[in-house]
Amino acid sequence: MAVLTYRDALNQALREELQRDDRVFLMGEEVAQYNGAYKVSKGLLDEFGPMRVVDTPITELGFAGVGVGSAMVGLRPVIEFMTWNFALLALDQVVNAAAKMLYMSNGQFPMPMVFRGPNGSALQLSAQHSQAWESWVAHIPGLKVITPGTPADAKGLLKSAIRDDNPVVFLEGEMLYNTKGEVPDGEYTIPIGKAELKREGDACTIVTHGKMVLVAMQAADTLAKEGIAVDVVDLRTVRPMDVETIATSVRKTNRAVVLEEGWEICGVGAQTVDFIQRECFDDLDSPVLRVHQEDVPMPYAKNLERAAKPDAAKAIAAVKKVMYLA
Amino acid sequence: MTETAIGGRPSAISKKDAAASEQSAGAPENNGAPNEAQKSLRTDLLKSMLLQRRFEERCAEAYALGKIGGFCHLYIGQEAISSGTMSLLRPDDYVVTSYRDHGQALARGMSPRSVMAELFGRKDGCSGGKGGSMHLFDKNVNFLGGHGIVGGHVPLAAGVGWAIKYRGGDQVCVCFFGEAAVNIGAFHEALNMASLWKLPVVFVIENNRYGMGTEISRATANEDVVARAAAYRMPGESVDAQDVFAVRDAMGRAIQLARVQRQPTLLEMKTYRFMGHSMSDAASGTYRSREELEENMKRDPILLLHERINAEGDLTEGEFAKIDEEAKAIAQDAWDYADSNPEPPLEELYNHVYVDTTS
Repeated sequence: MAVLTYRDALNQALREELQRDDRVFLMGEEVAQYNGAYKVSKGLLDEFGPMRVVDTPITELGFAGVGVGSAMVGLRPVIEFMTWNFALLALDQVVNAAAKMLYMSNGQFPMPMVFRGPNGSALQLSAQHSQAWESWVAHIPGLKVITPGTPADAKGLLKSAIRDDNPVVFLEGEMLYNTKGEVPDGEYTIPIGKAELKREGDACTIVTHGKMVLVAMQAADTLAKEGIAVDVVDLRTVRPMDVETIATSVRKTNRAVVLEEGWEICGVGAQTVDFIQRECFDDLDSPVLRVHQEDVPMPYAKNLERAAKPDAAKAIAAVKKVMYLA
Repeated sequence: MTETAIGGRPSAISKKDAAASEQSAGAPENNGAPNEAQKSLRTDLLKSMLLQRRFEERCAEAYALGKIGGFCHLYIGQEAISSGTMSLLRPDDYVVTSYRDHGQALARGMSPRSVMAELFGRKDGCSGGKGGSMHLFDKNVNFLGGHGIVGGHVPLAAGVGWAIKYRGGDQVCVCFFGEAAVNIGAFHEALNMASLWKLPVVFVIENNRYGMGTEISRATANEDVVARAAAYRMPGESVDAQDVFAVRDAMGRAIQLARVQRQPTLLEMKTYRFMGHSMSDAASGTYRSREELEENMKRDPILLLHERINAEGDLTEGEFAKIDEEAKAIAQDAWDYADSNPEPPLEELYNHVYVDTTS
């Protein structure tokens, strides 16, 4: 297996899918000549030309709608948002058009398209550029929501997303692009809607997704040194959520901490906890706790930003609390 | 019945436009001599417009009886735009429109039964009873909805145009929206991209002067809405849209530009709706006067076409009445069909949220 960055894994997925299906095209700001604001689309313009890799004006609502319209008549657009913070301007197209078209038309108009781009906070970008949107989009029936945390998942899931005939929201971790990991060689896909047990233990389950997978793994490493072995369940797909994998783990460990990058109220974690209480009520030895961003807009100053974000220390504290060790 | 001169070219069309029309549209609508093709065209337009009118009169009745629910926006008064446009489109062209969509759906050739069944919320409605009045769809005639967010569908039309260009086709996409939509960002974003990328789209402002209850002068800094075409370097034309032949003239030019040169056009169709914004507001009395409504109803597009047909001697009054009766009979048949069609089965609730396929 090759070791790739998350960025290169995504680039491979795009290249392979553009090669595989000439209905697929990539559209967004700076995706072509500039090679992508985060270089995810590097080299694709040269290989596929300007009809397949398309620079747009700064017009998120507009080009998201162009994607929807083209999908209605059989193309398979991959719409890149430079960041999901800007995608908020396009949400009418994602929510009111893409997510509902199949249903409103009684199945006549599927939406085989992907909305993708970096999600979540980076470093010191402050309030308007640092937010995790998965709970917003995961609320909407008709959308699938994918949050890969590793290069292998990024590649396999992006390929599946592009092949799926439903509208898929694909949230890339802005801080993950340079992270490296083993990626299987050759053609492979990962099924949408399947969580993965990224680490095995018996003391507690940490359920997480996206960038927080790394944080959970750090927490697990530290806890292991103290003799506490945890399960780390990486949802990978937030909608549909793989409740069975979560429940299987919690039935084994009898304790759970739900870790996410976004805010607390109505977050993905809240839904996860709801599934756990429904499926595992009699298996729980303690209340499920959540770790998430503090309930404030992201501040700029380094110390405040650090305090606002969920991190390994907060996750460790939560694990110890559900184990009644703290 | 007030006599309205309809034989000449409407004043809203400039001489320059008129000259362009003669060049591009091929045979003029009226070259003086009686012409079977022209007569047949006029009769077809009449049938199309009368069907919409009689159908929607029954919609109003059904709404009052509670057979149609939710929002129901009638098109009565604007039928020359739909009929004139659809008479020029090919079957493989595309239509995208707003929530005031019954007239365009019928004019495009959707089954009146399936449209009425949709309005009644029934199983065999064109959208399976899941869309309702605002979300009529029919893939068989490339009718891409029926969209409920003002202006939100305008970028979709650009996307259809993009797909046509992507595949190297020569179809066009016609996109309808009201004059109030020109103030929303989606309109500007779509026109900019359509012009920048040379997409084969005709953008049609149906200017009925009221965005719900707000008259255009209270909403739009420059009431000359077609002037906005200049901002996107595309041709713009303002049309007396109560005259179906004026609609056809301007639309014919725009379709030709889109089909041959992939040049988008912005058309302003000056019209008037004879009913309220939806079934929940009165046609007059709150935001517009009865006098204004009555004055505009003198230029009913169907009356104007009828007068033209009379002037040409195409139809006897008896033949006209027969066409009208046929339209009423189709509307009645649609009503009867919808009324007896079952509600969607409950298993449909969760059907079509997702499609279970990959490519």
